[in-house]
This record gives sequence, structure tokens and C-alpha cells, in this order.
Amino acid sequence: MPVYILKRVAYAVPVALAVSMICFLLVHLAPGDPLSLVLPADANQTTIDATKAKYGLDQPLPAQYFLWLTNVVSGDFGTSIATGRPVVSEIANALTYSLLLALIASVLGLVVGTLLGTVAGYWNGTAIDKIASAVAISGVSLPHYWLGIVLVVIFSVNLNWLPAMGAGESWSAERLKFMVLPAITLAAMPAGIITRSVRALVADTLGKEFVTALEARGLTQTQIFLHVVKNAAPTAIAVIGVQLGYLMAGSILVETVFSWPGTGLLLNTAILQRDIPLLQGTILVLALIFVALNLLVDIVQPMFDPRMKRG
Amino acid sequence: MARKVLITLWMGTTQDRKEGNKKMTALRRKFRTSLLRPALMSTAAIAMLVGLSAPTLAGGTLRIAMTASDIPLPNGQTDQGAEGMRFMGYTVFDALVGYDLSSPDKPVTLIPGLATEWSVDPADTTKWTFKLRPGVKFHDGSDFNAEAVVWNLAKILDKDAPQYDERQAAQGRGRIPSIATYKVVDDMTVEITTKAPEALIPYQMAWIVMSSPAQWEKVGKNWDEFLKAPSGTGPFKVESYVPRERAVLVPNTEYWDKDRISTLDKLVLMPVADPSARVAALRSGQVDWIEAPPSDSIESLRGAGFEITSNVYPHVWPWHFSLLEGSPWTDIRVRKAANLAIDRAGMKELLGGMMVEAKGMVPPTSNWFGNPEFEVKYDPEAAKALLAEAGVSSEKPISVKAIISPSGGGQMEPMLMNELIQQNLAEVGINVEFDVRDWNALLANWRAGAKDPGTAGATVTNSSYFSQDPFTALIRHVDSTLIPPNGTNWGYYSDPEMDALIDQVRNEFDPEKQVKVIQTMHEKFVDEALFLFVAHDVAPRAMTSKVKGFVHPQNWFADLTSVTVE
Repeated sequence: MPVYILKRVAYAVPVALAVSMICFLLVHLAPGDPLSLVLPADANQTTIDATKAKYGLDQPLPAQYFLWLTNVVSGDFGTSIATGRPVVSEIANALTYSLLLALIASVLGLVVGTLLGTVAGYWNGTAIDKIASAVAISGVSLPHYWLGIVLVVIFSVNLNWLPAMGAGESWSAERLKFMVLPAITLAAMPAGIITRSVRALVADTLGKEFVTALEARGLTQTQIFLHVVKNAAPTAIAVIGVQLGYLMAGSILVETVFSWPGTGLLLNTAILQRDIPLLQGTILVLALIFVALNLLVDIVQPMFDPRMKRG
Repeated sequence: MARKVLITLWMGTTQDRKEGNKKMTALRRKFRTSLLRPALMSTAAIAMLVGLSAPTLAGGTLRIAMTASDIPLPNGQTDQGAEGMRFMGYTVFDALVGYDLSSPDKPVTLIPGLATEWSVDPADTTKWTFKLRPGVKFHDGSDFNAEAVVWNLAKILDKDAPQYDERQAAQGRGRIPSIATYKVVDDMTVEITTKAPEALIPYQMAWIVMSSPAQWEKVGKNWDEFLKAPSGTGPFKVESYVPRERAVLVPNTEYWDKDRISTLDKLVLMPVADPSARVAALRSGQVDWIEAPPSDSIESLRGAGFEITSNVYPHVWPWHFSLLEGSPWTDIRVRKAANLAIDRAGMKELLGGMMVEAKGMVPPTSNWFGNPEFEVKYDPEAAKALLAEAGVSSEKPISVKAIISPSGGGQMEPMLMNELIQQNLAEVGINVEFDVRDWNALLANWRAGAKDPGTAGATVTNSSYFSQDPFTALIRHVDSTLIPPNGTNWGYYSDPEMDALIDQVRNEFDPEKQVKVIQTMHEKFVDEALFLFVAHDVAPRAMTSKVKGFVHPQNWFADLTSVTVE
């Protein structure tokens, strides 16, 4: 097992490096200028040059990348060009918001997805299956942005039950109120995907020969079901892991619709302002979280399925 | 049977327990704890929250949703453009020169602020004297005086000063490019000299706001710490500031202008960049006031009982022509024809009435407008005649490429408006191809100029302009010394007569005579049809009917001290 984990961690390093390089290049190749929003539109050349030099933007690209990477490795992500605040604290702050939202949305998506999927898989082919599948497909296909707006129109504007946007004033129970709509919006997609995966798995596993064998041996249906769950779990975990990764990255659209100050909104701001240090830092951290989650899934999966350790 | 198992697994009946399968029950409990309980709890939480009443309006608290994506920095020379100055700059801080924002009916003029009077030395027109207002105190209780003014100028101009702040310098330095020296004459008098005679100094000084030197010392001579406990002389004090979330301001009851002491309990600023989120926030009662409601929401907001305010202000939405060799716009007949081809009244209708038809660079109501001979109006026949003179017809059209943006600060509804222009121009024989770039990319090219390779053959850029003062309104676009990279004369316009007028404006210290020169300059803009004059924005805002006392001035800025919330 330790060898397996080490191997997986070793694989993650070049992936992370590649990600950092790609994100650096993408940010720099896009047209636009990070200074245009920091400086007044008609700033003179001296001011522009001085500010460029301050952020190292006058250096050639490879030099900029190398400098950035060495700083990042030592934990220094630089300062945001737009606000002058350290990128690390900006990301940490935004991550707290996105993480909380992601966790709630994941739990919601997991519960709804597993329930619907199990029900649909078990009553495979019946009307119940069709309804559950329709709900799942809607969850996957509805654009987040649109769903968020519709929920706001119904629950905030018309019914006046929940706040339409923002995150409230402080970390307290009050904040939960602000999280309900974005969490539901975010959960729709993973719930749909999990439903479909779980449904297929349950239906498939129930038809397997070992189930008949277990029945022949006189196991109770509860015990048999646990066997089914154990067989279906590795795939379900992989699906959930990936979905959690997506949720952790926040959703630019959902967070923007709800003005939720998480990583999605941070990215949106950074993109529009061409705030290069902030943009690079955020993308890198999110990519690393994604890599780490995949790593975690890789490590957890064999615990359920010893066959994978051999592979 | 399997069905029953499934159901019992989720529900956990007592029958199972009777079967005595301990392991199973434990597993099930684990299942329930990990999955069901949070679900049930969150359901209960939702039910509980839903039961709570909607967010209620606190008496006298004004909550504003801004279009910015972040709270403007409360350091003094704030960021987030004009919106930042509107809500954080001129609320918490004051400049030596103020704006008279008290009337919706007349163009905004300069009035005394922290300086009671200013004058230029007739013998040496580079030497200005500012007399300061006595008895003014910063929010921290320290005195405002000449030392503080000099300290604040050094904050943005003197790289060696301990209080020099790169962020504030980036915002402020470009506003006062002509200042050479500044010094204390006595406790209430400051002397400022300029590099060359510059009659626009009062306009420039209206940008520069005063932060408290004493407070900066107190927080450890650190601007990041200053943000946590800001101090200015303005009509509002910062109670709390959470980046990207909210700023809470409270009235400064000791404000020096007794007529402008706010009676609000609190003024809450929130950044809500998404237009539909702003509308939803207003409609759900989460905020009382939103900036820039999208034009398609205005009718329904009005119908729902919200107040929509708007007014013309120093803003113009033009097409900026390239006058480089090879551009069809070098022919004045083509420029005039384009100006006559645009159905601005139709555009106004398209925007729900939320624009003023442009007849020049500044709104027709501006005292800088003058009396141009060429009248900008919709007359496609006259346009066709002019183009025919220039050898253009619908059989022999000319083709132009225009750089436009899908959105951006001050860009109004650029796609919609540009498509109408495209259609109008095609009708008279000018074919338009669009080069759509995002706002930031457009700005970068605007700075680089029409000659830059990035312009890629375009002869038009569609950047909306701020025209708060004669420099931003007129001079910066046509001054031949400001051809890129020295400035933002994107189209490479160069005309000795215009340069002479600019010189005259800078050397005319009698405000009335200065206005005359500015008018002449503007007349030249219009008579030469230097731009395609399209529209002036009217800065729509929507607010609940509980918001009282707001005056919507003809300006980017507004006075929030007169506002109350019932």
C-alpha cells in the first residue's frame, strides 16, 4: 500500500507542474493588460512602465514563469495587482467560502443522487425509474446560471424566503440562509451525474451471477445488498471524487449569480481585471486541489476493491 | 423481498433490530449518520430558515449594490474607477476642491471643498495658492492643515516619502501630471507650482482626496493597516470594511459642512457585479438601491413600484476614428456622413429611453458645448449626398472595421447599439465589420493607438469616455503631444490649430474666458466631425420608494448625505 500511494503521489507531481505551466501560458497569451484597470485609463507612460516593472511584467515570459514558480514553491504567490493584498490570503479567504458551499452541495448531491440512483436502479425500467432518470437528466442538462436565476426569482423575489445574493455579515448560522440557493444550484449537476452512475451500477450489479449465488447460499437480502453496494462503491467514489473537485473549484457562473465570495467569483474578477498573480495563483491552487482529490480517490478506491492494487 | 430490504435499509425499522444482526445495524447506523442525518438536518434547517421572515429593512440604513466586483479601498485615492470615488472616495474623504452636486438641473461646477479659495499668481502663472478651511478635523480627531495637504500630495508624488503608497499613486498621480512642487506657507495655506502654466489645476485637485496622516502614524505607518481603520474628513466614517463583501459607513456627525450631515443610521456598500443579481437583490428587499439596472429590467422595476432615476452626465459613447493614412475617415465628408446616418432616436427607444442623443463630445446641455455649425442629426439623404461627393454609393461602398466590446464600464449595451449603427451605416454605403474584443483588450489597444499592429486594420475603436473635466473630455483625444505612446490620442489626430487652442485653455486663468476657449475647441470637434457622436449615458439607478431625498446630479458622483430611508 505505501508503495502504491508513493507511486500515485509521484505521478501527481508532473501533472501539477504541467498544470502550472499551462495556466501560466494561458494567462499570458490572452490579450489584455493587467494594468488597464489598476491605472487610470489615461495614465502616462512613466506610470505604466514603473508599475510594470514593479510586478515584473517587463521581463521575458520564461523569466517571469521561473520567478513565479520559485516564489510559489516557497509559498509566496505574490500580491494581487488590483487590490495589493497577498494572493495567498485572497485565495484562502475565498476557499473557505467555496469549500463550505462545496461540502453542502456535495452532501446534497450525494444524498439525492444516491437515493434517486438506487431507487431507479432497483426499479429498473419502471415508471419510477423513468421519473428518477428524467430528474437526473434535467439536473445534468440545466445550465447552472439559468437554474440559479430561476431559483432566485421564485424563492427570493416572489416568495421572499431567502436572500438573493451575498454571504451575509459574518460566520454564523445566519449565513446558512445565504447558502441554501447556491448550494441547491450547485448540487443539481452532481446529483444528476451520481444518480445516473449509481442507477447503472445497481441495476448492473443486481443482474450479476454472484447475486444469484449469494441468494442460493441463503443470505438475507440486506446482506446481499451490502455486497452489491461494496461492488458498486469504487466507481461511485470515483464519480463523487471528481464531482467534489468540480464543486471545490466553485462555479464561476453560480458564484457570480449569487455574488458568493468564493473562488469562482475570485476567478471571475481576476479574469476581467487581468489580475495575473491572482489568476495564476487561484488556477494553480484549484488545479492542485483537483489533483489531490484524484489522488485521494486513487488511494481510497483500492480499500474497497483490492483488485485495483494489483493493477 | 429485495424491495423490503432497500426500504428497511434507509428507514431502519425495529424489525431489523429484532433480527439481531448487530453488524448490519451498526453499518446502517453509519450509513444513516453519514448520509441521512445531514440531509435531514439541512432539510430541517431549510424549513426553519424558510419560516423566518424575509430580511427586514432597518430604519435609516441605506444598502447599495454597486457594479464593482470588490469594495473600493478605503485608503483615500481609492480604486474601482469613478464608482469607487462615488461611494468610497467622496463619502469618507474630501478634496480641496469639491463638486456642486446639489441640483439635477444644471451642469456640475467646482466649489470650495477643504480649500475655501484658490488663486494663481498673476506674475507667475505656475504658482497657485490654496487657502484651507479652518477647524476641519479628521475622523480620528486630528487636525486638517497645510501639513496634511503636503503629506497627502507626497503620498502619491514623492517616491521617497515614507507615506508613499504605490496603489494610491497609481490612481492619483495621473490626475495631477502638471504639479511640480508643493509646500506649506502657513498652517492654513499651501503653495503649489506647476511645470508649465496649467489653468486646469482646480479640476485636477478635485480628484485628490485627503487621508489622515495622524491615523497612518497611529496604525504603524502602514497602508494595509490603515485600510482596517481608515480616517478622512468626509461626511461618512468607515465602521467596517470586509474586502469583496461589504463596507459599512456611518455618518460623521462632526462634519465641517453642517448642511451635509447625514441622518442615516448606516450606509452599507456591497459589490454585486452581475446585473441580474443586482435586480434580484433589489426586488427581494436585500438592498435599497442598485447601480445600473439593465435596460430590459427598467420597465418591470418601474411597474413593481421601484423608483428609476437617471440624468445626463459627462460621458460619451462615440466611435473614435483613426485618422492615419489609408483610413476612410480622413475624409471629413465621410465622417460627417456617418454622423448623419445614425438614427439616435431609434437607439434611444431600443434602450428603453436610457440615453441622451449625442450632438457632440459633451452633452448639449453642457456649458462647454458652444455653437457648432455642423448639426449632428439623423438625415440619411444628406449622408448619401456627402458620400456621393466623396465617390461612395451603395454600389461602390466603403468597408471599415471597428473594434468593439461586448461589455465594459460605461459601454452601455455595446452589441445592441453597434448592430444598429452597422445597419444604419450600411444603408448609406458604409459596410462595417466588427472586431469584438473583451473590454480589457479593447482598452489595451486604445492605449497602444491605431498604429499598433494589434489594431489589425481597424479604423474605429468604440471606447466610451469619461468627460469630467476639459482634459478628459477633449484634450486627451486630440493633443498632438499625446499621440501614443505618450498619451491616448488613439486616432493620431494632429492639428496646429487644435494644439493652439489646448495651449490657450491651459493658459487662460479667467474661468469665464477659459470656458469660451473650451467652447471653441468643442465646436471644432463637432464641425470637423472628429468622432462618430452617438450617445450619452444617463446612469440609471433603481431604488425602493423608501429611499428619499436623493438628487441625481448631472455627474459621475452623487451626494449621499441628503438621502434617508423611511
